[in-house]
Amino acid sequence: MTLPLILYRSLRQHALPSLVAMASIALASGLLMTVWAVRDEAQDSFVNTTTTFDAVLGARGSKLQLVLNSIFHLESSPGNIPESDYLMIKRHPAVKTAIPIAVGDNYYGWRIVGTVPEMFTAIEYAPGRRYDLEPGGRLFGPDRKEAVVGNFVARRMRLKVGDTFHPFHGLAFNPAERHADVYTVTGILRPSNTPADRVIWIPLEGLQTMSGHDPRLAHDVSAVLIQLRAPSAGFMLDILYNRQGDRLTFAYPVGSIIADFFSKIDWFDRVLALVAYLVALVAAASVLAGIYASMSARQRDLAILRALGARRRTVFGAVLAEAACIGALGSAAGFGVYAGLFAVVASVIRGETGVVLPLAAWHPILWMAPVAMIVLCSLGGVVPALKAYRLPVAGTLAPTS
Amino acid sequence: MLTIENLRKTYPSSDGTGFALDVPHFALGAGEQRALRGESGSGKTTFLHLIAGLLAADSGRIVVAGGDIVALPEARRDRVRAEKIGVIFQSFNLLQGYTVLENVVLGMSFGPRGPDRVYARLLLGRVGLAHRLDHFPRQLSTGQQQRVAVARALAKRPKLVLADEPTGNLDRRNAGEALALIREVCLEAAAALLIVSHDDRVLGEFGAVQDFTDLNRSAP
Repeated sequence: MTLPLILYRSLRQHALPSLVAMASIALASGLLMTVWAVRDEAQDSFVNTTTTFDAVLGARGSKLQLVLNSIFHLESSPGNIPESDYLMIKRHPAVKTAIPIAVGDNYYGWRIVGTVPEMFTAIEYAPGRRYDLEPGGRLFGPDRKEAVVGNFVARRMRLKVGDTFHPFHGLAFNPAERHADVYTVTGILRPSNTPADRVIWIPLEGLQTMSGHDPRLAHDVSAVLIQLRAPSAGFMLDILYNRQGDRLTFAYPVGSIIADFFSKIDWFDRVLALVAYLVALVAAASVLAGIYASMSARQRDLAILRALGARRRTVFGAVLAEAACIGALGSAAGFGVYAGLFAVVASVIRGETGVVLPLAAWHPILWMAPVAMIVLCSLGGVVPALKAYRLPVAGTLAPTS
Repeated sequence: MLTIENLRKTYPSSDGTGFALDVPHFALGAGEQRALRGESGSGKTTFLHLIAGLLAADSGRIVVAGGDIVALPEARRDRVRAEKIGVIFQSFNLLQGYTVLENVVLGMSFGPRGPDRVYARLLLGRVGLAHRLDHFPRQLSTGQQQRVAVARALAKRPKLVLADEPTGNLDRRNAGEALALIREVCLEAAAALLIVSHDDRVLGEFGAVQDFTDLNRSAP
């Protein structure tokens, strides 16, 4: 009971410096947890998003650009491919499913993607889960000017079944580029927490034949999303398209391409981690400075405790425990900082990519960071604890007489 | 209870010059109450600090309840103080961030019995502060603070109570009451009491008063 009482009273007496130290610990711990958790969760979530399709076939160019454009609806398209290439790979015996997409239009900046109904009827975006529509909706007719709107877009643009809209040409919104065509919303996708939520889906033919588009390219597609019957077929197609051919790019395996992408931006993670380390060190230093600066005010209390019979090691331990306690309380508050930061970052990533990062996912950093902060704070408490240990009791309590 | 033989201690005095304490003999029986007369700067506080084990003697013997504390390392002296010696300071030295009850509880926390809130409440009731348990020292009058200091010194059930100018910060009426209280509770607890003071009113209450300058051979 004695040590908790001493800790409680000491923290109460030095509430302001303790709170400042705890706040800096909370920030440091929260930053550390956020940097690591977001990095790993983002990588996992992006790779998991790609598991729907094994490969992407598109125009000659960067595999990463092709994957980002066709699966995550980011970046610009590397170009179109003729319908014949789509039909050829669709009929390939190694290919289980081939979903063509066409891009090139938008609605106030939200991408409009042309595809076939099989995208919603034949594809599982996660094991056992297909795209589904909100009640009262239906899929677009393959030859009609109809649209199915991703849930995120529908909420942002307040689109509902029965609404009509004019698409705009290009991937970026330009009011002067409005198409004459009018599309009717026939369905709103249920939230899938995938990039599909951020897209307005229309029939493939609709995008190909949109007014103002080049009629010579009316049958081209931007990419073909592919599910293979067996993974080994991917290597065969990789040789066929990427090594023997020179017109097309076969992005396979999609997960590895995204993983490679994350490894290329690993330097950014390291910079963030370095910043988080520095914040952690500054936070630990603030604990040291806070306790050390208040040592003159604490000396009398510590000397009184010694006069009451407390041993040197007891007051040493009390000061050290106070530093560790500041670290523990700060780390506990760090979970709040983590939750807040993670929610903000996850919201930004979801808004930009449609990929959802799960906040509740367990990550080893969630125990490593608090423990590291407590250890750092305890180390920061060693210097003032030594000062307490060496305190001259008689001289501090009363002048000699 | 307390026996001192050939106690020597050299230390820097407040004016920067060296000062020596040299007490060839002093004894205090169990339950005995004794007053030492000493002027400021005479070394009486140092004398009490040596007995309490807060300072280490250069040589000699200080036997408290059968054990010589001069021969002990500091940690053991701390233990003796925690178990057997209660100290009442002139400036009370209460912990300002702790309640009255917590101050008294801490007075017994470092001894073998550990904290005992029931006994602490009992003691505070005995010194008339049962209604001030959750107050902080700054919320009390000077006389009440002195009573807290008395209760705290007795909280560990000491064999020896050392009081250094215990009424020095009190007015005449409070000083008389405080002194009577200290003597009463020490008697009730069967604790020996050694008071050092330069106040003739305090010293007049004791039958046995010893002059500290007679005790200390190094006194000027």
